[in-house]
Amino acid sequence: MIRVALLVAGKDLRIERRSRVLLWQVLPFGVTALVLCGLALGPTHAGHSSAAPGLFYLVMLLVALLMINRAQVIESSPGTRASIATLGLDPAGVFLGKALALAVELWLTGLVVLAGSVLFLHTALSGTLEAVPSVAVTLAALAAAGTLYGALSGGGQGPATLLPILSLPAFAPLLIAGERSFSSSLHGGSLWRWWLISLVALAAYLAIGILLYGVLEES
Amino acid sequence: MIKTLSQRLLGPVTLVLLALTFWLGLWVTPPDKVQGNLARLLYVHPAIAWVALYVSFGTAAIASALYLWKRTRSVVMDRVAHCAMEVSTVFIILTLITGSIWGRPTWGVWWAWDARLTSTAILGLFELAYLALRRANDDPELRARRSAVFAIIAAVNVPIIHFSVDWWNTLHQGATVFTENGNLLVHGIMLWTLFLSLFAFTLLFFWLLRARYRVEVLRAQRYDVALDEALAQRRREGVH
Repeated sequence: MIRVALLVAGKDLRIERRSRVLLWQVLPFGVTALVLCGLALGPTHAGHSSAAPGLFYLVMLLVALLMINRAQVIESSPGTRASIATLGLDPAGVFLGKALALAVELWLTGLVVLAGSVLFLHTALSGTLEAVPSVAVTLAALAAAGTLYGALSGGGQGPATLLPILSLPAFAPLLIAGERSFSSSLHGGSLWRWWLISLVALAAYLAIGILLYGVLEES
Repeated sequence: MIKTLSQRLLGPVTLVLLALTFWLGLWVTPPDKVQGNLARLLYVHPAIAWVALYVSFGTAAIASALYLWKRTRSVVMDRVAHCAMEVSTVFIILTLITGSIWGRPTWGVWWAWDARLTSTAILGLFELAYLALRRANDDPELRARRSAVFAIIAAVNVPIIHFSVDWWNTLHQGATVFTENGNLLVHGIMLWTLFLSLFAFTLLFFWLLRARYRVEVLRAQRYDVALDEALAQRRREGVH
């Protein structure tokens, strides 16, 4: 399973590296969305970091939706599903691989958007660095959930519009837990409690994905 | 015969019990010492929430799990899950509306960012997403499989809603009947009316589910007949 996961993750990341979509489209989109959040707050409030954790995760949710849609487009290109089926790859491994690739992409984007929040939203550098591990766990949970919802929405009518409806309610608890743990890093508070919620969500989505991804791919 | 009788009696019995609940709740039970007549929502709101969160959503989740299990996989399970989820969506909306009616005079606002309210609303969004997912897939088997997986993922939300009043500091009041220490916080005729409302609304759910299921079966039959007619038409065109 792990071997298949690494194989699939490597394949997805190679496609991303060659297409440069992450570099030239997703990262600029993330930074633009963050700047727009600052503009929406107005010059007086944009410099106050109390809203920054929530805005960071809101931007990351939008980025995640883009990335999941992108992963689905790659997956639905002619012959891809057929070749995976022909190779007889373990569906649990395929799920883990796709989730890992998405997590790596979200981590890279997250680092840039975190730097952007220090620059534009004036979050304290020490607090932001302290938040990095919790951000990594929350984004990994987002990737696991996103991979599952991407498979659910793919292939039907209007997958691009269906994906946000399916996934945003599930992302809401992650947004809350991520925002609270980031805020705790910046202003003090029960960081571990919220981090634990993200960790439990990550474990739950990985377990559900390992068990049920094969059922979704049967189609 | 017993089956037919129970099916025929389900509707009238439900209506009688609902009427009895409303009569007891509005005229017989006394107003609450603290909340006054507002407490009469106790005979509607908890029962609707009980049906929305546990009975109907539970039915949908169990039917979905049974659909995914190969031994029990059948179109009946898929239909039950779909119909129960539709009824649950209606009850979730009613839960939020009756909760808001209670919240406005109690908390001063129609909506509060409270743990239980927010998690219930998120479950409602899950249910709308479930219905959207069903509409997005034309292939019946694919639709059934995906919907079943989605229902099971959404079911994770139910324990969060149930325990939210214990886990987080929340405006929503805690349990009044099934309390942690077993002490009842509601007594006498108020307690019995509460139990009656839970039973009456549970029966209402099964009545609605049965009616919705029959509509679904008729729709499937109509689709089959229309398909047969279209094929026959094509064959006739081919002969000429």
